[in-house]
Amino acid sequence: MTIEQIRTAIAERHATATGLAEQCLQKIASGDGEVHAYLTLCRERALAQAARMDALAERGDPLPPLAGVPVAVKDVLSTRGVRTTCGSRILESYVPPFDATAVARLEAAGAVVVGKTNCDEFAMGSSTENSAYGPTRNPRALDRVPGGSSGGSAAAVAAGLAVAALGTDTGGSIRQPAAFCGIVGLLPTYGRVSRFGLAAFASSLDHVGPLANSAEDAARVLQAIAGRDPLDATSAAVAVPDYVAGLEQPVQGLRIGVPKEVFGHPGIAPGVAAAVRAALAALERAGCRMVEISLPRNDAAIAVYYVLATAEASSNLARYDGVRYGLRARPAAGADALADMYRQTRDQGFGAEVKRRILLGTYVLSAGYYDAYYRKAQQVRALLSQDFQRAFQAVDLICTPTTPTPAFKLGEKSANPLELYLADIFTVPADLAGLPAISLPCGRAEGLPVGVQFIAPAFEEGRLLALAHHYERLRPAT
Amino acid sequence: MNLAAIAQLAQLDLTPAEAEAMQRDLQAILDYIAQLQQIETSGVEPMAQALVADTPLRADTVQPWFSAEEALANAPAQRDGMFEVPKILG
Repeated sequence: MTIEQIRTAIAERHATATGLAEQCLQKIASGDGEVHAYLTLCRERALAQAARMDALAERGDPLPPLAGVPVAVKDVLSTRGVRTTCGSRILESYVPPFDATAVARLEAAGAVVVGKTNCDEFAMGSSTENSAYGPTRNPRALDRVPGGSSGGSAAAVAAGLAVAALGTDTGGSIRQPAAFCGIVGLLPTYGRVSRFGLAAFASSLDHVGPLANSAEDAARVLQAIAGRDPLDATSAAVAVPDYVAGLEQPVQGLRIGVPKEVFGHPGIAPGVAAAVRAALAALERAGCRMVEISLPRNDAAIAVYYVLATAEASSNLARYDGVRYGLRARPAAGADALADMYRQTRDQGFGAEVKRRILLGTYVLSAGYYDAYYRKAQQVRALLSQDFQRAFQAVDLICTPTTPTPAFKLGEKSANPLELYLADIFTVPADLAGLPAISLPCGRAEGLPVGVQFIAPAFEEGRLLALAHHYERLRPAT
Repeated sequence: MNLAAIAQLAQLDLTPAEAEAMQRDLQAILDYIAQLQQIETSGVEPMAQALVADTPLRADTVQPWFSAEEALANAPAQRDGMFEVPKILG
């Protein structure tokens, strides 16, 4: 069922929110053993919310836009009273005393939060294999990764264990798992959705956004969570348009930029290239115009990202020291006890990838290296952003494959960190420039889902969603 | 890279085995990142974050928030309404 179908069914008393919540929880109980999308379920919270929606329906009162919709929340987002682990041992029993703004807004819109989903530890990863709680499997092919870091959220939606989910995206972590699992994933403009309550990884790159089965459902979730939040100083006071009404805006004549550096990239699997070209052909027949463009610094994006994101992470993760929450190591008493407590807590609590990124980030910020690495990367970031601005003078949207290949096998890339980083080559640039982007399922390669990505200028999510909505109608059934 | 010095700054303890693997991995990543040196950036203003349109400050007024008790609820050790840590002086 779609979000609107659920809301209508409850309003018209053909279904109850409680019934749907129970059904969802039941499905998770019997179906999530293999997939492992969820880390924590919040049955009481879900049923209490469902009961509230049913009470409104019984009185004949108008229902909020996401009434009764079962949603999953990535475990880096705080949920008051519900364990929030960030996929890490260091927060294994941490229970936040507050809700993330995005979560609070979903619930204010009537959504039923059924549980917290698995993710790479502190959102660092592209496969969900870095979770301290074991990986999530791709529901489309259980020997494959669901992508990451929002792998649990993507798998939950793809497996029908939630109707929609919140994920987060710093280098591609909403769009890449959406592509691997065959669903829709939206990266909003930086500042469009509040980051309050999101455990910070890289503050200038983190974004909260929806994963859903359709452009319309993604639009409805975005509508609920977007907008200025006084609790997030980087959230923009830009008006939130009606994304749902905007789905029907015409797409004829839209100019779609095809970056030659992207489509010429040697790492793209043939099946991925074919599926993406087919999507563009369909859009061309529908009246869109393809325009070749250049993004000359695109290949530098991964290097820039791994300097800036790790630098910011080294600062953000300094707070995990065993003092106020989470794991605390108990060293021997003595003059060094406190220092030992910090270091041992972090050594025991963090996985290898998190340590790697903290160390790299510490290094690029350290005296003597700051200018060569950190400042340099910020300058190249500025150039990447300028490349996009220049391109958007000639086109309305930019198209790329979301990922160079479809989902890889569990364990296939975990031995070589750099190889895994390179899988984000097409998603990272939008994060660096703060631009919105969407991944849409566009066919299959080797029997696995393929995602096509569209990037838009800042605050043009409406244009992305409208294109996605039109494309869904053109696309052959996969 | 002086891994031991960086680990000290990052407040991380690495076992010798961890340190060896880490040194290798980090060197490979740094070798990859070196490509940035080839890009001409003179006169380019560093970009710290995406320019966010209009981010007004809020009024500095006290709002209800969670209590000290709630803040201490996850404390590994607490005493008299304070977070307790190993002694460092005397």
